[in-house]
Amino acid sequence: MSTGPGAVPAALVQSARRAQAMALRYAFILRASWPRILELAYWPLMQMVLWGFISEFLLTNSTWVAQAAGVLIAAVLLWDVLFRGQLGFSISFLEEMWSRNLPNLFVTPLRPLEFVIALIAMSLIRTLIGVIPAALLAIAFYHYSVFDLGLPLIAFFFNLMMLGWSVGLVITAIILRHGLGAESLAWMAMFALAPLSGVFYPVSTLPGWLQAVSWALPSSYVFEGMRAILFEGVFHGGYMLWALGLNLLYLALAGAFFLHTFHIARREGLLMRLGE
Amino acid sequence: MARRAGGGADVDEPDIPIVIEVDGLTKRYGDIVAVDGIGFAVRRGETAALLGANGAGKTTTIAMLLGLLLPEEGRITVLGEDMLRHRYRVLGRMNFSSPYVDLPRRLTVAQNLEVFARLYGVADVAARIAEIAEELDMGPLLDRPSGELSAGQRSRAALAKAMVNRPEVLLLDEPTASLDPDTADRIRAYLRAYQQRTGATILLASHNMAEVERMCTTVLIMRAGRIVDRGTPAELVGRYGRADLEEVFLDIVRQRAAQ
Repeated sequence: MSTGPGAVPAALVQSARRAQAMALRYAFILRASWPRILELAYWPLMQMVLWGFISEFLLTNSTWVAQAAGVLIAAVLLWDVLFRGQLGFSISFLEEMWSRNLPNLFVTPLRPLEFVIALIAMSLIRTLIGVIPAALLAIAFYHYSVFDLGLPLIAFFFNLMMLGWSVGLVITAIILRHGLGAESLAWMAMFALAPLSGVFYPVSTLPGWLQAVSWALPSSYVFEGMRAILFEGVFHGGYMLWALGLNLLYLALAGAFFLHTFHIARREGLLMRLGE
Repeated sequence: MARRAGGGADVDEPDIPIVIEVDGLTKRYGDIVAVDGIGFAVRRGETAALLGANGAGKTTTIAMLLGLLLPEEGRITVLGEDMLRHRYRVLGRMNFSSPYVDLPRRLTVAQNLEVFARLYGVADVAARIAEIAEELDMGPLLDRPSGELSAGQRSRAALAKAMVNRPEVLLLDEPTASLDPDTADRIRAYLRAYQQRTGATILLASHNMAEVERMCTTVLIMRAGRIVDRGTPAELVGRYGRADLEEVFLDIVRQRAAQ
């Protein structure tokens, strides 16, 4: 083991290479299967087609939507960022469960944190593959560009991705603890946040007590922030700071939960028992 | 073999360094004691075997040696490092193979080897893969998805994965399971040659008594989580007055006392 002045950077380089190796493993899976890549884009595209027509209808039948033409389209795209971000994280982890590969991975020098970084990288890649075609479709067919949101879009995107990673960490920890019997959580869990996040309506629509729950979610600040830009032309930096603060807190808690569950998995032999 | 009856000091071959040292190792699942205070040591360049019936504790022991499983009690030292505290310092110098742990099926054999070579920090990945492919005669398999391999080919691919980082310590769970006698013999010859060339230490779990007699210098026989006897294959055969190790094994698992 090196202990000289260069030891820390060398360890970091090795760590980055291991995370990169894991990302390469997931890239191989994607690259080998065109149907998988198409599937990533399929659902966001179908959502966009549906919500695009709903928007067109409501533009002439709803005074609220008429005030901001792209509000529903922007909402569905950002919702997909959140959902695909979590799903991309969880699915990459499930690949290891399905292929019973976890024992092979965790007898290498791969640390859990490096594994998580690879899952985050794949979540980003899978989300972009899924959402960009839908965003382009909205421009081509509905004449609405989510990119018109400008720089705040970057803040919205990363805040939603971070929440997706937190939820993904919790879901993967639960799957690690309880086996593949819990895998449907990867598809279901995020939908519990949809009604609370004010994706398609203001948080003020919710009952008072539920609004308090809603404001504990970073996603609520993103969707309110998006509507503020579209309806008022105002970017609320405070919303993004709240979202970022909550995201950092939730990421730390989710990370701790994942590491705790990983320790339980080692104690109870779960890394070797990977069935249902 | 270095003798350790639950932790006693080794006196057999003091000049050869101990590479694997296990002392008082215990694993419980609730009321079930899977491994019960075992102790043993394996020296550099030695091939040791864990023998035992299903459920005797062999795989549990190997999992603890690899850090996949945490023991309730005991100490594991590999290559001089405490595996319970500093396993990441030595995992890069170890590897393992088991027929019960698959390589990702959608990746080709070459892609799998590349990913694992990078995880282990192998310097020249392409050259190492080519070298292993030649050594294990698996060049034609490299571009095939791992999921399309036959059982025997999968075992060879798993062994290739286990050799990718040129391990100093190799833990093998039934290394020749599913292999035809010819391929199994080639694999044993390969492992012997690798060991002679590098001085690697091998610990294997097997049900193949003939293989253990041929490959191993030390045999640790487990029953109900305990090491109930140990020695060289010749010592054990002589001690029990039997014709071969298989008869010794049957005596022990059926609890017939040594002569």
